[in-house]
Amino acid sequence: MTEDRKIKIIVAKPGLDGHDRGAKLLARIFAEAGMEVVYTGLRQTPEMIVETALQEDADVVGLSSLSGVHMYFFPRVVELLREKGLDDVLVVGGGIIPKEDIPELKKAGVAEIFGPGTPTAEIVAFIKNNVRTRD
Amino acid sequence: MRDYAKEVLEGSVRAAARLISWLEDEDPRALEHMERLYAHTGRAYVMGITGSPGAGKSTLTDKVTFALRKKGLTVGIVAVDPSSPFTGGAVLGDRVRMSRLTMDPGVFMRSMATRGFLGGLAKATGEVVKVLDALGKDVILIETVGVGQDEVDVIRLADTTCLVLVPGLGDTIQSMKAGVMEIADVFVINKADRPGADQLYAEVTTRVEQDASIRERAWTPPVMRTVAVDDEGIGDLVEAVEAHRKFLEESGALEEKRRRRAREETLQLIHGELYRRIRDRLTANGELDALVEAIVQRRESPYRAMQHVVARWMRE
Repeated sequence: MTEDRKIKIIVAKPGLDGHDRGAKLLARIFAEAGMEVVYTGLRQTPEMIVETALQEDADVVGLSSLSGVHMYFFPRVVELLREKGLDDVLVVGGGIIPKEDIPELKKAGVAEIFGPGTPTAEIVAFIKNNVRTRD
Repeated sequence: MRDYAKEVLEGSVRAAARLISWLEDEDPRALEHMERLYAHTGRAYVMGITGSPGAGKSTLTDKVTFALRKKGLTVGIVAVDPSSPFTGGAVLGDRVRMSRLTMDPGVFMRSMATRGFLGGLAKATGEVVKVLDALGKDVILIETVGVGQDEVDVIRLADTTCLVLVPGLGDTIQSMKAGVMEIADVFVINKADRPGADQLYAEVTTRVEQDASIRERAWTPPVMRTVAVDDEGIGDLVEAVEAHRKFLEESGALEEKRRRRAREETLQLIHGELYRRIRDRLTANGELDALVEAIVQRRESPYRAMQHVVARWMRE
């Protein structure tokens, strides 16, 4: 039963930028990899993303940011997840993220950052290898 | 182990969400909790929203929920989207149209993938409705996958089924066919500002009139017009659903509906459990493989194998 358990992933666009091509493409790639993908649409606040993860019992939250808000939004999502007791939810990020920001994001609890050009198979493999085993 | 049943009754979103996951996965741990929740179900009113892909079901669900919230009612939403028949994955996109409901503590929404289940719902949708019912939601909206002509399972769960139609999808002959056109308690003509809406309205109304003359019915489905994106006609739609609810309650049809549901559900549960137990035993002791081998070689027939297995199980 655990073996064929579906991975549920939230693909969310925090902040105000309207560029969702990447996020939509990733949603399809995750579905193609057999995951159940909840796509939230644009302009999500960290609170909305975490509430969605809570109601959907998501295993993974994937955040995409192209507008430079990642240093606030990504750690905030992690923090709120912890507040709700969802500390086993894997948080990954992507988009336009300067390399020098990555260590701090990881320190804040973002598991991995995938920049433009990352082979999608790599992202999928990372998620499959690091997703929680649900009790 | 956490007491999910108790937590759900106390209103815990987390507990409800996890229990729903177990139900989706057919995890046997859910059983004990559902057993204890059952006494606390049957209070919510269940509304089905079905229709073809792109008819506006999600947008309507959003607007109807908003209208119900304004009346002070709490709402549970179960939105079903299809799983890929090839990869088993799914993109569940219904939340995109319901973003504003996310932070409302009076709304719980869950997206579900069909996971190969046909009929317009996921296999566990009925169980999820019960969890939301026990969680204390006053109204539960089930949004089906985009349906064609024959995915009508929603009527087995919904007290009131709304069929959402849009102009431009076909001519009169479509509205004459059996199947999905028959299940509406309320017809909703969405995108009613588009060309062809008047014609569709006339066709559906004609069908409803024909229905009445073919066989007398206690309830005549109203035909409502909405423009969901502009929030037009939503109040009238909610009123139409309330009128249907009143009819069901006063005529005793609601009780009858729910009795029929309990009957089907009980039989289905028994069916599922028997199947699981017999399958597990036949697989564990290798008997199934032996039977299949014999059947493939035509030494045995599947019909006789079935009779033997069942007869032996009945004796035990």
